[in-house]
Amino acid sequence: MKKIITLIMVLLVGAGFAFANGSSESGPIKIGVAGPQSGDLASYGIPTAKAAQIVVDEVNAAGGVLGRQIELVVEDDVCKPEVATNTASKLVGEGVVGVIGHICSGATKAAMGTYNESKIPAISPSATNPALTQSGDYPNFFRTIASDDAQARTEVDFVLDTLGLTKIAVLHDKGDYGKGLAEFAKKFLEADSRAEVVLFEGITPGAVDYSAVINKIKSSGAQAVIFGGYHPEASKIVGQMKKRKMDVVFVSDDGVKDDTFIKVAGEYAEGVYASGPKDTAGNPLAKKYEKAHQDKFGEAPGPFYQNAVSATLALINAIKVAESTDYDAVTNALRTSLVDTPLGKIKFDDRGDAIGVGFAMYQVQNGVYVELK
Amino acid sequence: MDLSYFFELFLGGMTRGSIYALIALGYTMVYGIIKLINFAHGEIYMIGAFTALIISSVLGFTGMNSILILVISGVLAIFFSSAYGVTMEKIAYKPLREAPRLSALISAIGMSMFLQNYVLLAQTPDFLPFPTLIPDFKFLKPIEKILNSTQLVILVTTAVVMILLTILIKFTRTGKAMRATSQDAKMAQLLGININRVITITFIIGSATAAIGGVLISSHTGQLNYYIGFIAGIKAFVAAVLGGIGSIPGAVLGSFVLGWTESFGTGYISSDYEDVFAFIFLLVILIFRPSGILGRSQNDKV
Repeated sequence: MKKIITLIMVLLVGAGFAFANGSSESGPIKIGVAGPQSGDLASYGIPTAKAAQIVVDEVNAAGGVLGRQIELVVEDDVCKPEVATNTASKLVGEGVVGVIGHICSGATKAAMGTYNESKIPAISPSATNPALTQSGDYPNFFRTIASDDAQARTEVDFVLDTLGLTKIAVLHDKGDYGKGLAEFAKKFLEADSRAEVVLFEGITPGAVDYSAVINKIKSSGAQAVIFGGYHPEASKIVGQMKKRKMDVVFVSDDGVKDDTFIKVAGEYAEGVYASGPKDTAGNPLAKKYEKAHQDKFGEAPGPFYQNAVSATLALINAIKVAESTDYDAVTNALRTSLVDTPLGKIKFDDRGDAIGVGFAMYQVQNGVYVELK
Repeated sequence: MDLSYFFELFLGGMTRGSIYALIALGYTMVYGIIKLINFAHGEIYMIGAFTALIISSVLGFTGMNSILILVISGVLAIFFSSAYGVTMEKIAYKPLREAPRLSALISAIGMSMFLQNYVLLAQTPDFLPFPTLIPDFKFLKPIEKILNSTQLVILVTTAVVMILLTILIKFTRTGKAMRATSQDAKMAQLLGININRVITITFIIGSATAAIGGVLISSHTGQLNYYIGFIAGIKAFVAAVLGGIGSIPGAVLGSFVLGWTESFGTGYISSDYEDVFAFIFLLVILIFRPSGILGRSQNDKV
């Protein structure tokens, strides 16, 4: 009797599997959304879930992909690595074919192994840690946001290639953001045989003046200064360099690409370069999805919304192009097929970074930042 | 590292030292008279700079000569700062004159926070641009790479202020009264010196020099916000202690020494440790001369 019961149970379980398999071939295509839906950082994760919902609704209304509807499975990881592994296992158990997420870099790293074992690609709209794409440990990882070092890369390339300057002073304000950026810039400059880092210094934010550092820049013979930090220090340095009639190009970052900088530095701001995220405001798709969000939720979208819309569009497009949900076919399509997104036409490079997403250089011209094409 | 680099750092450090000196004077004079460390003094410097910014913005519309604007806004800044300084003394320190020194010190810290937040609310938390009021002098053309006109104005103004102050203290009746009060307030009072008047004058002078410092440094850096007084105030306080708090020549010397330490430390070693150099120097001086470079040692029980 016992044996018979066992046999029946085994058969039932087998049937369950068979049913599950059957559903993944003909039922809806499941896409996971992972990120914080609760806790302190929920405001970073919820916009992504909303973005995915808006795109999926739109695709479903137009008949879905491969003749099948798409179903979203939203899971909370609270931005914590230890929770993220469970979140990933849950999504794998649900039979998702791809994941939009995770949001935080730490949680993303923790979850990627689980997805890799199950051959599931994940596209993050927000995880910026450089190692995710550069270490090679996460072959199934993609992202629609530039990595932390991309900004330094943009600045260095601009100084070396576009401006053709080689003697560079790298300054920072000793803060996490400024110093991190300056260290990347220094690393990239040192790796390039053309460039010479003539000065690498931290300055004290809020100091009465920076004349000693400016003398140092002058005597180092630098042609350009790359500064990592924020606008109050930048405007002091720029102003004092100009007052000393120094002809040194000033290149800085997102923390300086701020209208307050122009207001405070006034005439001295003219000609200063700063990197910042590419301007997507003019993109018609960005406008369209912003409006869709406004119509559906009655408010302006939150952080990483356009990146998440782009990630979802890219994944669905890859499934469409691959004509299957097979891992190799989908990841190949992500890397080869261009897709129109709010961030522009994108595809992914071998490491998983979106090509064409990232930073642009801006210059102050007649009192406004102008994007340099 | 050649000689002209050395001179640039020397003059840069001297400029910075001049600003510290203008603020440190207020600390040291107030300490000399009523033995109070007036922690709100940096805020007086900030208020001076703000007043000058407001006045010069208004005058800027009239198309007046920028030097004239600088002088008018400077004078009004001195006036306003002095008013704040005196009011502050009347509200926050006078009622506590007989109280333990710690109470007055806490009152000073409270005043500092109050003034910062008052400007933050009444004006703005943002950085504001300060107009360039000091023009480029033609005669500085040959050496402008080493010394620019703003620096020259700062150095000259500081020197003039120092000379006037020395004359005031050494050769006038008011100065004599101040010296007497500083030596022994009770005895001075017995001899018919109006102590309240002396204290008021001390606050006026201290606030006025701080306001001059505020106007000059804001023209130099071209920006200000409600918080600039805090860091400048701390540095000037360090300078006053370094030189020997209570001593006027000591405050000036301490300020220049501090300015040079920071400038040469940054120029020849690294700006990462700018503040570290300043404080190491302070420690070394205080180990060997606990009352500062020019300070008189006191044997009072505290």
